[in-house]
Amino acid sequence: MALVIPKETYSGKIYNVQLGAGAKAVTIGGASALPFLAFEGAFPNKPAVALEIMDIAPDDWPETVKKAVGGAGASPAKWAKFCQDNGADMVALRLMGTHPDQQNKSAEEAAKVAAEVAAAVDIPLIILGSGHAEKDTQVLQAAAAATRGKNCAIGKAVEENYKTVAAAAMANDHKLIAMSQLDVNLAKQLNILLTQMGFAKERIIMDPMSSALGYGLEYTYSVIERIRQAALLQNDPMMQTPVMCDIGANVWKVKEVMAPDADVPEWGGLEDRALAWEVITASGMLTAGADMLIMRHPGAAGKIKELIAELMG
Amino acid sequence: MALSGVEIFKHLPKTNCKKCGHPTCLAFAMKLAAKQASLDACPDASEDAKKVLGEAAAPPIRGITIGAGDKAVKTGDEICLFRHEKKFFNPTVFAVAIKDTEAGEAAARKIEAVKTSEIDRVGQKLRVDAIAVIDESGDAAKFASVVKQVVDGAPGVAIILASKNPAVIEAGIALCADKKPLIYAATAENAEAMAKIAKEKKASLALSADGLDALTALSEKVKGLGVDDLVLDPGARKAKDMVEQYTIIRRAAIKKNFKPLGYPVIAFPGRGDSVSEAMAASIGVMKYASIIVLNTIEKWKMLALLSLRQNIYTDPQVPMQVAQNIYKVGDAKENSPLMITTNFSLSYFIVRGEVENSKVPSWLAVMDNEGLSVLTAWAAGKFTASRIAQFIAESGVEKSINHKELIIPGYVAILSGTLEEKLPGWKITVGPREANGLPSFLKARA
Repeated sequence: MALVIPKETYSGKIYNVQLGAGAKAVTIGGASALPFLAFEGAFPNKPAVALEIMDIAPDDWPETVKKAVGGAGASPAKWAKFCQDNGADMVALRLMGTHPDQQNKSAEEAAKVAAEVAAAVDIPLIILGSGHAEKDTQVLQAAAAATRGKNCAIGKAVEENYKTVAAAAMANDHKLIAMSQLDVNLAKQLNILLTQMGFAKERIIMDPMSSALGYGLEYTYSVIERIRQAALLQNDPMMQTPVMCDIGANVWKVKEVMAPDADVPEWGGLEDRALAWEVITASGMLTAGADMLIMRHPGAAGKIKELIAELMG
Repeated sequence: MALSGVEIFKHLPKTNCKKCGHPTCLAFAMKLAAKQASLDACPDASEDAKKVLGEAAAPPIRGITIGAGDKAVKTGDEICLFRHEKKFFNPTVFAVAIKDTEAGEAAARKIEAVKTSEIDRVGQKLRVDAIAVIDESGDAAKFASVVKQVVDGAPGVAIILASKNPAVIEAGIALCADKKPLIYAATAENAEAMAKIAKEKKASLALSADGLDALTALSEKVKGLGVDDLVLDPGARKAKDMVEQYTIIRRAAIKKNFKPLGYPVIAFPGRGDSVSEAMAASIGVMKYASIIVLNTIEKWKMLALLSLRQNIYTDPQVPMQVAQNIYKVGDAKENSPLMITTNFSLSYFIVRGEVENSKVPSWLAVMDNEGLSVLTAWAAGKFTASRIAQFIAESGVEKSINHKELIIPGYVAILSGTLEEKLPGWKITVGPREANGLPSFLKARA
């Protein structure tokens, strides 16, 4: 019995979304088959790895990742440059200092930092609010205006604030990151709402809500797999936006990346364990179909780029 | 793939004799297709029909057990390509490779690492389940000595015997035939000799070939030699080849019922660098490898890989649950705050994580709601004021604390009034709706 390679017939394709400008611009998406199945589809772009920086020093990040960032964490612009020099495809600036429970920095302060960071690097920039839906509307409006022309990804637009955040991205020619709560239908719904207000679906990047290894990774994994199947096999245009995963923010708060060796001898050494936690979480999201990852540990990002190269062949 | 009623009907006697208890052969065929009847009920079924229908009823990927006793591991017997379609059934078996050139100290260390590999995660015991003895020296006596070291040092642990040389395998299997080892591997060159050993010793046999066409041919040949329990290695070592080849194997077996590839897959993601090896192994866990042989099994690496395996093999229909209990977070004292959430593992993990982040020592009451999240459990009537009151009253938490204040999730603020009625003397405080609001909430109180 000869083997006939059982190929899928795909009717859909993921949109190509370009971020940044000039020679260092990066395009994500474009896949016409399920992840890394090059025998039945094309993958014009490799998944991109962004390293995360903040507008404040990473004082509450766990020791392992803080050490890896080193002195660069003291200034956002220096930190951004450090990421670029460490091989990041993009820089993701999280404006955590604007959160009312953090330093409650103003939108103007945030905009200034965003402009400084944009000037410091020539790789694409992702600009994220602090996750406070209400405050983010002002912060992201100001940051989007301050980086006009840089073709950034602005986010995250969520159910509570998507109109204002999308308007800020639209007015300043940026792309948009839209985050929904770990559900295929909610992800689609948010894309529909954005499209209905006139935001081009080809300019959206979908964040289905990441989770860390051991902390619900399987939910994100299956949601992404189902989004990708709807996009490619059912040709659903509302599911064909590239997928991004916020890896570092979810990983660097779990016990496995913080517990000292002495507390959990059965878990092995903290340094290796913490790095592996971010790497394996990222591997999971890539395998499910993520097109863009935001990571924190430069060493972990470097290993994941090695895996991406191996997966792309 | 299951046969349709009409396809089954073609193989029946078509006499409508009713001896099976059904009015016609077609009606019987429909019942067979729906798996509501057994072919045994037909006294006139031909040998041909039994063979065809028996094969169609067999699982698309054969289930294979390696090892004997309570530590035997089952692999294969999978029925879907994506975990959300149903679930992945038999978790990937992790094995550590011990080369026969590592006899003595190095082998002893790895054996010890396997024996102490067990971790407890969300109530499950996870461990490295097998040891692969690798013929590196080409010396049968040397190989046998390491097999003996493994058998003596880690009795009960499943064994994989790896050599392309039948004489070496013979020497090794003589020491562990009662353990139902997996032989790795038969190739086009040694297939007859390996098949003979596997048959004699009732061992399962892995097939190693370069690419899927060669593997298909080898699979048919070895099956023809009378070995049923096979394992496949198409030669993929790079991550890209693993994803592609394992996907094709799984698809051919499940969607096309292609029997020559309907067996579990064994992967060798070995790398010099341990993180690189972990990454390649993670691809195997997600993309259909049933057995993964690793060069090294450091504790940090196995924690990550076993956690990934647990995540991927969790039943998507049955939420992971943690045990109902009052959990102590940090150095909680009698005046520390008491919060309640449901026993959906994700709710528990996230709430606990945020409480830990707050660095405010606390008591976390986790109530059994059959693994539903707070809002779902509330909507399903399982997280109601009377149930919460009963749980708190019976939990004995009052012995650990010197106050009577319970913090409930913001999403069920509506329960606070009734809860105060049902828990006389208690103050009910409404906490934040989302767990990420806990650090500021707790810090503001402290």
